Amino acid sequence: MQQEVVLALLAKEPSHGYELRARLRQALGPLGDTMNDGQVYVTLARLEKAGLVVSEQAAGVAERPDRKVYGLTAAGQQRVAGWLTEVSWPKPDLAEFHLKLIAAAAAKLADPLAIVDAQRRELLRRLRDAQRAAMAEPDRSAAGLLLEGIVLRLQADLRWLEACERTWTKRKDES
Amino acid sequence: MNEPGSTSMVWARGLRKEYGQQAGLVRAVDGVDLDVAPGETLAVMGPSGCGKSTLLHLLGGLDRPSGGELHLAGRRIDQMSERGLARLRREAIGFVFQAFHLMDELTAVENVELPALLAGRSPKASRRRAADLLDQVDLADRAKFLPSALSGGQRQRVAIARALSNDPLVVLADEPTGNLDSEATLEVLRLFDSLHAAGQTLVIVTHDSRIAATADRLISMRDGAFIDETRLTGGSTGQLGALAGLEG
Repeated sequence: MQQEVVLALLAKEPSHGYELRARLRQALGPLGDTMNDGQVYVTLARLEKAGLVVSEQAAGVAERPDRKVYGLTAAGQQRVAGWLTEVSWPKPDLAEFHLKLIAAAAAKLADPLAIVDAQRRELLRRLRDAQRAAMAEPDRSAAGLLLEGIVLRLQADLRWLEACERTWTKRKDES
Repeated sequence: MNEPGSTSMVWARGLRKEYGQQAGLVRAVDGVDLDVAPGETLAVMGPSGCGKSTLLHLLGGLDRPSGGELHLAGRRIDQMSERGLARLRREAIGFVFQAFHLMDELTAVENVELPALLAGRSPKASRRRAADLLDQVDLADRAKFLPSALSGGQRQRVAIARALSNDPLVVLADEPTGNLDSEATLEVLRLFDSLHAAGQTLVIVTHDSRIAATADRLISMRDGAFIDETRLTGGSTGQLGALAGLEG
């Protein structure tokens, strides 16, 4: 789990680790299913060591991470504020696939169209999973919005594969 | 091997549709073989001009093939008379179009009951059936609305209810989500899914990969011919989290 995500979830008010987990589950829906419950505590421990959060033990109970209430330090507040205004976006890794097609064609090792085809099937399988999960979400749920993002990205990737298919079909016809 | 009239809902061999002559000849559908099983949802995908809409028109008896053989639920329809085709369309086929094709001056329930009235059913029975169908597409509370007062997704659901009013053997849909935003597309996909669960045979031509991905089978069409077939059944890949950038 990205440290800044956990930090930002604490910005509203100091919370128990399990409360953070519940909020993550709420926001991610079925996408959070593979999330390891221990991850939040591991991240909290790291953040505490880095001086970005402090924990407080409820009085009279044994020392256990799930009994602690975590809150942001001033440094933690600052990091959250910085993160929220930072413009970051995951990089699409299209160059690798593009170069795979070029190399395969140049070396005559594999048919680029077969590679495109295999890739399309895989993306369609992923789109099926994401679309089915979206269909199972109630309207306007937080997880539904995230799933819509995944669906739209996969659709864009599939459209690019169509363009790859068109171009490589033409090159094949010409050679 | 499948013989005509056996277990297929739609069965076609060497199906062709040509327009024009000599140098201007266009092979819109160029020798297509097709089997659609009862209860199957089939998506035919391809760029505009690939012949997928023409194919759908042939399957629905809206247009007559130039060659080949076509059977619907065991009945040969490629050589049927105009009268026979009109009857077939009325009684056995449900159409869904991109532009909905609802009558603007009729309410939702009046649109849905129209095919039953035209087929000679009593007004009372037609209205009851239409009300049931609107309930099925979750629009019972919009029965008295004119199409202009409905959202795009709601209009398409009314159109789907109308397509179901003759208990069709097969529902044929031409770009049913082409005019819809993301949310309305989701509504229509959910509805198709419930029809599929109820055993309805569906053939959908589309360039929307969301429909293609949720169908039982996907056929890719280019230049009038089928070039690829994919079966996307099976469980989840369990990679949803990874797709959103969450590590396991």
